[in-house]
Amino acid sequence: MKREAPQSVADYGPLFFPAGMLLVFFVVPFGTMIAVSFFQRQQGGFYTPAFVFSNYERFLSVFFGGVLGFSLMLAITVAICCVVLALPFTYLLSKLPRRLQVIWLVALLSVLSLSEVIIGFAWSTLFSRTAGITNILVQLGLMKQAVALSPSFGAVLTGMVYQALPYTVLVLYPALVRLDPTLMEAARTLGSSPLRAFFNVLVPALRNTIMATLIMVFIFALGSYLLPQILGRPQHWTLSVLITDQAIYQSNMPFAAAMAVFLVLVTLGLVALTLLIGRKGEKA
Amino acid sequence: MSGLVLNNVTKQFGSFTAVENVQLSVPHGTFVCMLGPSGCGKTTLLRMIAGLDDPTGGSILLDGEDITKVPTHKRNLGMVFQSLALFPHLSVGENIAYPLRIRGKSREEQKKRVDELLALIHLPGYGDRPVSKLSGGQRQRVAIARALALSPKLFLLDEPLSALDAKLREAMQVELRQLQQKLGITTIVVTHDQREAMTMADTVVVMNGGHIRQAASPIEIYRKPADTFVADFIGSTNLIETTADSSGAATVFGNKVPGLILPAGMQKATISVRPEDVHLTAPGNGAINGIVTFVRDLGGTIETFVEAGGKQIVAVSTPRARPEVTAGQQVGIVLAPDVCVVLKQ
Repeated sequence: MKREAPQSVADYGPLFFPAGMLLVFFVVPFGTMIAVSFFQRQQGGFYTPAFVFSNYERFLSVFFGGVLGFSLMLAITVAICCVVLALPFTYLLSKLPRRLQVIWLVALLSVLSLSEVIIGFAWSTLFSRTAGITNILVQLGLMKQAVALSPSFGAVLTGMVYQALPYTVLVLYPALVRLDPTLMEAARTLGSSPLRAFFNVLVPALRNTIMATLIMVFIFALGSYLLPQILGRPQHWTLSVLITDQAIYQSNMPFAAAMAVFLVLVTLGLVALTLLIGRKGEKA
Repeated sequence: MSGLVLNNVTKQFGSFTAVENVQLSVPHGTFVCMLGPSGCGKTTLLRMIAGLDDPTGGSILLDGEDITKVPTHKRNLGMVFQSLALFPHLSVGENIAYPLRIRGKSREEQKKRVDELLALIHLPGYGDRPVSKLSGGQRQRVAIARALALSPKLFLLDEPLSALDAKLREAMQVELRQLQQKLGITTIVVTHDQREAMTMADTVVVMNGGHIRQAASPIEIYRKPADTFVADFIGSTNLIETTADSSGAATVFGNKVPGLILPAGMQKATISVRPEDVHLTAPGNGAINGIVTFVRDLGGTIETFVEAGGKQIVAVSTPRARPEVTAGQQVGIVLAPDVCVVLKQ
């Protein structure tokens, strides 16, 4: 069906509401943040309108560069772990009878209802020396004595993967349910074992979905600031932690805003790069 | 024995029996069509032969070897699915080369075989095209080529032509049959289209309710249907109730049919007479009399609907071979004993 191009202002009517929402809830706050990032900070006070680059200059240091690098690395690792775990899981889930699928999905949704704080403290208990999972390993005779697994990078990663996994499954689920089941069967009749067919048929056929899921989990993980503090050491803190610290505890809004803008730009750049590589791969 | 043998194959889904005690042997190199209405178990049977479903009972033998427990990827078969199941992320050539790649064949070997197969399916030079750029018929051929890439022992097709339009379907039926004869490969096709089965098959297996109702050559299925289901499902037919006296001489609607004898011990039977075997004549000259209710003149053939004994009997003939009759007219119906098939009860 071909539609006529809009003729009058009234024809654009249906766009007003979404445009208004976007303006109020996205453009204005984001614009404010960009503006604030150029403001002058008042020592011991708030900030005054100005146009200075000092906030950005301060960011360009080895320390903040290191934190930015660590944040990106952590988010990418979380995204990859989530997809690697969730893809086979969701595939097997989609093969289950309908009733069991619903039970699993409800269970996953209930994980989403947990707050980040509860997840963080639950894992820090599980990773503790006195009450943690290593005690079970000691009971089983696999370890000599209980040790504390937290704070550590592994603990931060586990907590964040745990938090992001339900989202990953829920994003992959519709694509896997819609995937033509005869593709895998065809691969088997052509001499591919089920495991090989998973890697050389299912994964490439779902390339775009997997890419989109990676980006979603990456961005989700980038915003995490509670779990790194609860489960990690200061060197495991992400840029989001520092932004919160500057904004709330140091009362340095302009610098916090500058860091946030920088993070957004780097994230957008990475996502654009991923899409570009993805499109090139598709043509080849 | 070389070829495929099904021994009492049964498949149950919970309390539902999809296929029950199927016994069938397919000699090497034959073309078999499994025909039946939807839900008759034909696709389930094919999937069990492919190893995609496990039988709950019985065994499947291929060239004398029991393959009931052999996983699909080790069965050495080629299968074309109803959805075709071409891999969307691969080109035409890569799709055909997929089974060769899995077996670790060298690039030169893959390329040589792909070119051979593309020539076989009349699509030379299509190797680099994406699958999404092909027409329905071309995709069909690619799916066939991919299934044949490893020269399998068994070629299985599940409703392969159902997605094509009528004209292309007819052409592909002939092509598929010629391809099968050229390669001499044992082939099993599942279809619900009886024309397709009649065109291609050496043996037609008619299924209903999870059972094989009859397995025979197309012409035998048509001329000598085993029961009312087969007679009614294959082509159109007139099913007429008859009774027999003590000598076995059959009576239709109170009139004796000269020469028609029911087998000994049969009191009642249903006979099947194909419409083209029903001849019309002047009233009183045939076995039974009736009134013409409708004439459908299709140009090439004429269908005459005659009501006799409260039943409708259809006669089909070419315009020249038929007496001139119109609706409302009295006619006699000739039932030659050699065209009346007595069906099993």
